[in-house]
Amino acid sequence: MRRLTPYLLALPSWMWLAIFLVVPMAAMASVSLQTGNAIDGFAMTFSFSNYADAIGAYSPQLLRSLLYGGLATVAMLVIGYPVAYWIAFKAGHRKSVYLFLLLLPFFVSFVLRTISWNFLLSDNGILFGTLKDWGLLPADFHVLATTFAVVGGLTYNFLPFMILPIYVALERVDPRVVEAAQDLYATRAAAFRRVVLPLSLPGVFAGVLMTFVPATADPINAAILGGTSNTMIGNIIQTEYLTNLDYPTASALSFTLMAVLLVGIFVYARALGTENVLEAAAR
Amino acid sequence: MNPLMRGMTQPRTRRDVFRLTGLSAAGLALAACGVQGQKVAPPKADAVADYWAKQTKNGKVVFANWPEYMPEDKGPLERFKKDTGISYEYKEVIQENAEFFGKADPVLRAGQPLGYDIVVMTNGIQLQHMIELGYVVALDQSKLPNFQANAGQKYKERAYDPGNKYTIPYTSGVTGIAYNTEYVKDDITSIESLFDAKYKGRVGMMSDAQEIGNFGMIALGIDPEKSTEADWKKAGEKLKAQRDAGIVRKYYDQSYIDAVSKGDIWLTMAWSGDVFQRQLAGEPVKFIVPEEGGTIWTDNMLIPKGAANPVDALMLMDYLYQPAVAAELDEFIQFVTPVPAVQDLLREKAGTAKGAAKKALEEMVDSPLMFPTEADYAKLRSYTQLTTQQEQVFNPIFQSITQA
Repeated sequence: MRRLTPYLLALPSWMWLAIFLVVPMAAMASVSLQTGNAIDGFAMTFSFSNYADAIGAYSPQLLRSLLYGGLATVAMLVIGYPVAYWIAFKAGHRKSVYLFLLLLPFFVSFVLRTISWNFLLSDNGILFGTLKDWGLLPADFHVLATTFAVVGGLTYNFLPFMILPIYVALERVDPRVVEAAQDLYATRAAAFRRVVLPLSLPGVFAGVLMTFVPATADPINAAILGGTSNTMIGNIIQTEYLTNLDYPTASALSFTLMAVLLVGIFVYARALGTENVLEAAAR
Repeated sequence: MNPLMRGMTQPRTRRDVFRLTGLSAAGLALAACGVQGQKVAPPKADAVADYWAKQTKNGKVVFANWPEYMPEDKGPLERFKKDTGISYEYKEVIQENAEFFGKADPVLRAGQPLGYDIVVMTNGIQLQHMIELGYVVALDQSKLPNFQANAGQKYKERAYDPGNKYTIPYTSGVTGIAYNTEYVKDDITSIESLFDAKYKGRVGMMSDAQEIGNFGMIALGIDPEKSTEADWKKAGEKLKAQRDAGIVRKYYDQSYIDAVSKGDIWLTMAWSGDVFQRQLAGEPVKFIVPEEGGTIWTDNMLIPKGAANPVDALMLMDYLYQPAVAAELDEFIQFVTPVPAVQDLLREKAGTAKGAAKKALEEMVDSPLMFPTEADYAKLRSYTQLTTQQEQVFNPIFQSITQA
C-alpha cells in the first residue's frame, strides 16, 4: 500500500491532464482529419489534405503572426530586461512596491486594456489630437490600424510575463559574485557580460517562452488595434470555429500553429545552448 | 524552471514515447466517431400541437437579447410583469449572430437547454442553421393574437420564415452609410463615396461577410436577394480593389460606431439605430440610405429547443405586439418597429409633449428610417438566402478580403 501512495496522490493530476488535455487534443486531431459541414455532420475521412489546404490558404497570416510575435518578444526583452535589472538591484526595500505597480494594470481584463489603447491612440484622441492641435504632427498621422499598433499592443499586454522570470533569475544573483568579479579587475560592463547576464539566461529563456507563444497566437490585439492587413492566425482560427463552423480547418490550423511553435522553441533552446542554461539554473 | 526545460530539451526514453503514442491513439479511437449532423425535417402539425398541449405556464421567463435593445427602466417588461404576474430575467448576452451561434450550437447539439426562453437573432445564415438543425420550437399560432392583429403585412410575410412558423420579428433596421459631418463636408448620397479615393484610409467597411458582400453587390447594381455565384465574385473583385487602393481603414464589427464618431474614420457602413442613438448624444454623425439602395434586416424572437418556460415566452413575445408596448420600446431603440400603429401613437404623444421632448418625438415620427414608406422600402434590399453549400463558397470570397 505504501508503495502505491505516491501514485494515488498523483492520480487527480493525471486524471486532470487526461480529461482536459489528452482527450481534447485527440478529439481535435481527429476532427482535423474529417470532412463535412456543421449541418450534415462531419465524418472521418483521414483527409490529410485539410492541412495542406489550410496552410496553403493561410500561410501569409501564419508567417505574419510569427513575425509579429517575434518582434513583440524582442521589444519586450529590450524594454523588460532593464526594468527587471533595476528592480532586482536598485529598487532596494521598495522592490515589492514596484513589482505590484508593474502588475497593477493587469488586474483589468486583457480586452478592456486593449480597448483603452484604442481610445488613447485614437487619431484625434487625447494624445494625438493634442499634438496635432499644436502642429507637431501632420493631420493624417495615425497609429491605429497599423502593424506598429498591433506589435505595440502585444508588447504591452505580455510585458510582465517577460519581466517577472528575468527578475526572479536576477534576484537570485548574489551581489558578492559581482563584487568578486570586480575585485578580479573586471570592468562593470565585463562583470555584467560575463557574470550577471549568463546567470540571468534561464529567466530570459522562460520569459521568451512565456511571451512568444501567447503573443503569436493572440487574436485580440490584431482585431482591436489592427487594420486591413494585420490579420493574425488567431483571428483566422476564431473565424473558422465560430463563424464558418469549419471545425476541420480550424483544428488543422491550431495543430499547425502548435507544431511551428514547438519546432521554433526546440531550435531556440538549442541555439541558446541548453547545457549552459541548465547548468546556470542548477546553481 | 529545471524540469520544464529538461522535459522539452532532453530526449524522452523510447518507453515514454511509446506510452504517449498509445494514449493518443486511444484518444483518437474515442474521438474518431465524428461530429454528428442533426439536420431535421420540419415537425408535423400534430407534433407541434402535442408539444404545446404538454406545456404549462410557469410564471417566469428568461429573455436573451442584444445590448441597447430595451429601455433602461425595462418599461415594457415591467408592464408585462404587472399585467400577467410573470416575472422576467433580461440578459444582454448576444453581441453577434455568428459568435452566439458558435457558442449555442454545442449546447443545443448535446440536447441541453441554453437557459434562455427567448433568443433574438437576425435573419441570416445563423438563424437559418438554427431552424435547419431543429434548435427552434415551432410556435403555437393560436397564441399570437396581438401579432396577428397588429404586425405589419411585411412582417408576417418573411421569406426566411414563411407562415411565421418559428419566429416573430423583434425589430428591423437598415444598413446604410454613416458619416462624420465634421470631416465630410459634402452631402453623401451615393454608395460610390465608400469607394472614393478622396477618402483614402478614412472609410470603414463591415467585417461580416453578408453585410460587406451586400454592399459590394449593391454598388454594382446587383440585387443581393437574386444574386448568383458569379455576382459574388464580381462584388469580391470590387471590394478587393477598394482594399488594395488603401481606401478602407479597417473592417469593423460593432466598434465602427465609436470610430466614426471619434473621427478615426469619416464614413462607414452603419446600422440605422446606432447612429440615431449617437445623434441624441450630440455627436456629429449622420445616417443615409444610399440612392443605389441599402439593406433591411430583421431581428427575430424565437424559443430555443429545451426552453424551460415556453408558454410564458410565447406570451411575452405576443405582448410586445400591443401597440402601446411597441411604442414605448421603439421610442427608446429607434429602429423600425414591426407594428405600424406605433407611428400614430408617437404622433399623439408628440402632440401633448413640450420642448425638446416634443421635437425629438416629431423627428422620430417623420423619420423615414423608423417608419419607412413604400418608396423607402423599395430602395431597401434583403439578405440573400444561402444554403450550406453556397455559404461555403460565399464566405471565403469575402473573408479573403476582410481577413487578408
